Amino acid sequence: MTKVSREPLIFEISSAGKTAFKLPALDVPEKKDLLAGVPLRTDIENFPEVSEPEIARHFTRLSQTNYCVDIGIYPLGSCTMKYNPKINEKIASLPGLTQTHPLAPEELVQGNLELMKMLEKLLLEITGLEAITLQPAAGAHGELTGMMLIRAYHQAQGNPRKYVLIPDSAHGTNPSSAHICGYTVKEIKSNERGTVSVEDLTRLMDEDVAALMLTNPNTLGVFESDICQIADIVHSRGGFLYMDGANLNALAGITRPGDLKVDVMHLNLHKTFSTPHGGGGPGAGPVAVKKILEPFLPVPVIEEKNGVYHLNYNRPQSIGRVRSFYGQFLVAVKALAYILNLGPAGLKEMAETAVLNSNYLRKNLEGLYELKYDTPTLHECVFSDKYQKDYGVTNLDISKRLLDYGLHPPTMSFPLIVHGALMIEPTETESRRDLDLFIEAMKAIAREAKENPELLRTAPHITYVRRLDEVLAARNPVLRWEK
Amino acid sequence: MLVRIGLDSVDKLFSSIPEPNRLKKLLNLPAAKSEPELLAYFEEKSQKNNYNQYLSFLGGGAYDHFIPAVVDYLSSRGEFLSPYTPYQPEISQGTLQVIFEFQTLICQLTGLEIANASLYDGATGAAEAVLMAHRAKEKNRLLVASTVNPQYRQVIYTYGKNLGLEIIELPCDQQGRVEPKGLEAALNQETAVLLCQSPNYFGVIEDIKSLAEAVHQKGAMLAVVISEPLSLALLETPGKLGADIVTGEGQSFGLPLSYGGPYLGFMACRKEFVRQLPGRIVGQTVDVDGRRGFVLTLSTREQHIRREKATSNICTNEGHCALRATIYLETLGRKGLKELAWFNAQKAAYAREQLTTTPGVKSKFSGEVFNEFVLEFPQSFEDINQKLKARGILGGIGLKDFPGLDNCALVTVTEKHSQEKIDLYARTLKEVLR
Repeated sequence: MTKVSREPLIFEISSAGKTAFKLPALDVPEKKDLLAGVPLRTDIENFPEVSEPEIARHFTRLSQTNYCVDIGIYPLGSCTMKYNPKINEKIASLPGLTQTHPLAPEELVQGNLELMKMLEKLLLEITGLEAITLQPAAGAHGELTGMMLIRAYHQAQGNPRKYVLIPDSAHGTNPSSAHICGYTVKEIKSNERGTVSVEDLTRLMDEDVAALMLTNPNTLGVFESDICQIADIVHSRGGFLYMDGANLNALAGITRPGDLKVDVMHLNLHKTFSTPHGGGGPGAGPVAVKKILEPFLPVPVIEEKNGVYHLNYNRPQSIGRVRSFYGQFLVAVKALAYILNLGPAGLKEMAETAVLNSNYLRKNLEGLYELKYDTPTLHECVFSDKYQKDYGVTNLDISKRLLDYGLHPPTMSFPLIVHGALMIEPTETESRRDLDLFIEAMKAIAREAKENPELLRTAPHITYVRRLDEVLAARNPVLRWEK
Repeated sequence: MLVRIGLDSVDKLFSSIPEPNRLKKLLNLPAAKSEPELLAYFEEKSQKNNYNQYLSFLGGGAYDHFIPAVVDYLSSRGEFLSPYTPYQPEISQGTLQVIFEFQTLICQLTGLEIANASLYDGATGAAEAVLMAHRAKEKNRLLVASTVNPQYRQVIYTYGKNLGLEIIELPCDQQGRVEPKGLEAALNQETAVLLCQSPNYFGVIEDIKSLAEAVHQKGAMLAVVISEPLSLALLETPGKLGADIVTGEGQSFGLPLSYGGPYLGFMACRKEFVRQLPGRIVGQTVDVDGRRGFVLTLSTREQHIRREKATSNICTNEGHCALRATIYLETLGRKGLKELAWFNAQKAAYAREQLTTTPGVKSKFSGEVFNEFVLEFPQSFEDINQKLKARGILGGIGLKDFPGLDNCALVTVTEKHSQEKIDLYARTLKEVLR
């Protein structure tokens, strides 16, 4: 166990009278009795009082206990944790962008509107779809927005329909988003290849089904090769094909969802388009659609006429707003910078390298860890802990041991169709050297599982804190500091 | 690497994609730009925005406050910017501890017992709050004050209409507050919640205590949405006055205006409703050596465990924005934040006084305000606005979408408005109306 100094909570180093910020003096006559008619608080009880050096050290020390993409590989499957180019941060901090009020008159923010319109155009080219909104704040928010568009369309035909079909391999947000949109979820079984069972789909698809939500490539990293046939089945009964764009990193520049008969999809700018994930957001989840769904897009939509940009609110069939203002503007700016930096060849190379890296990892780990589905995969692959279970070692133990090797573990919580999943997505920004480091660690851990399983079950050993008691946290919730 | 995989071309990696579906040429995107070209492109576009050249009194859900340098500096560290959601707590204690501090600060500001790790923004926070009350009470009738930010109300409608919820808007009185009679008439045993905003969209501070008493009598909940959270440093906490849920927009706490995003939703509630709270929550625990640590907890509410039965579909939220708010709040601190709030109120009061010395210009509502207020002008505000703009001033947000407020505007004042700037607005207004 290493000796690392423990960083206290800010409240524990607070001492009366300290401050890290000085306000300029009040330059208007002070009215002592202002707000005398409403209840005021006399104090913000126990709020921190610290100096600026204390603030700087507190957050610097805390930052040093975090793993991040700037430190090394972050192979979380379906999360696309690629390196975030620094120029994009610089661009997104240009004062002309950061200092604009969202309710500024349109003629004073033409630059902002032009940038958003430009991103919309490029995303439509990449997806092969026909209309788009940048308003949703994250991937799950995009899913919800997409389902709302579908519902609004069906409602306009007189019947919103009842069900949404979702494969059993889907991310948890899919069923949750469909549910919050007022739909009941029906699950479709995967076949032996790990893809959607066309038979099951044909059986379940009827005029009560509003849409099929499909992730492609799916969460196993497998491309749904039957997608056009799947789309035809869904369309034949008047349903829509929704594509979860979480895994677009495998397809950009290679094929286009619109050409694969997808009707509506969301994109994760914080995955495919490299905007930093920030330890849990902000993300952005633009939604692109076929022409038929355009009238239902959230308000406002950005329009351009003779080089002048305009926000159109007059959209009688619109679902309304899903968020305030126009979405995650600065996130959109970073994504635009990323695409413009790559260009058409660079974008294709991004997908190719991501798929190459994933297949290189897969090839090198095959045999050591079980691959439940041996179907060819694109940008990610899903192993399991089946071989290690013989020694009483689980995917959790393997992941925690990876921490001792200074690496971030794969995704474990899904897909639900693989028990003990280890879902690995390296992304294109890892060098062969970084991939080999990961492979060597995984090999060593497979060996350790046989020879010294206890080492894994008690891992991690050298992290800032060791395995944490999550049961205690849930059973006896302490959710805030109290004096 | 291809050799290791056993393939002779990159194309073969994509053999699972049917040949006819594969693009035969490159996408029609602009040619790749180098870093200097990229920067020049965005500088050029950013300079097409002329907003900065104006003296602006715009607020209404987005506020121009000073941001201490330490916020930008510390939050731009790669260790905060480039990790994922902290699924591996042993190597994410920085992020987790920051969120735990954030939750504590939000509890201290709102006077409630529990806060989550963040939501998207104030508008979706308002929608999540009414959905939460609908779940907790298992009732479909939602009352929403017409003085709630119109964008927030629009998002509530967008979310609510798919779930068959009955949404009733309550009128406001001469003071600019929820009209007690209107509330009484609308409240019944089927009501899940009243959502009000305080200070509301007209800047007026609601009588939260009376509203809470009225709704609790009928077994409903009171949810309060806050668009200017700096007010929480000065006004009695909504929690103490009886609110069950407090949600809002945290942009004022260290986030630049950024043309509307990314912003920061926050939400706090009473302990008894914790299982209904949407979004991530961080809790304290110990590791195997007994050392304190922090983890994501109570995740059985969430979509990755509960799927369609989750309290919300939210996954990625606004972690980095919450980090900025945490640094901001801890920098301003106990005295600084309160003083800043007091200064905002003083400056707004001064501005209201100065602007209403112009003949024909008066305060629309008599209720007390924090840092925003509605002025009524002797003619349509749109005309006045054009004239002010020609003189370099953005004098407020026109309220023509509200019945009877054609001649009115919402004016916002923060610590960034010096006396000189306020006086300039007052002088220019006199000129324009002469």
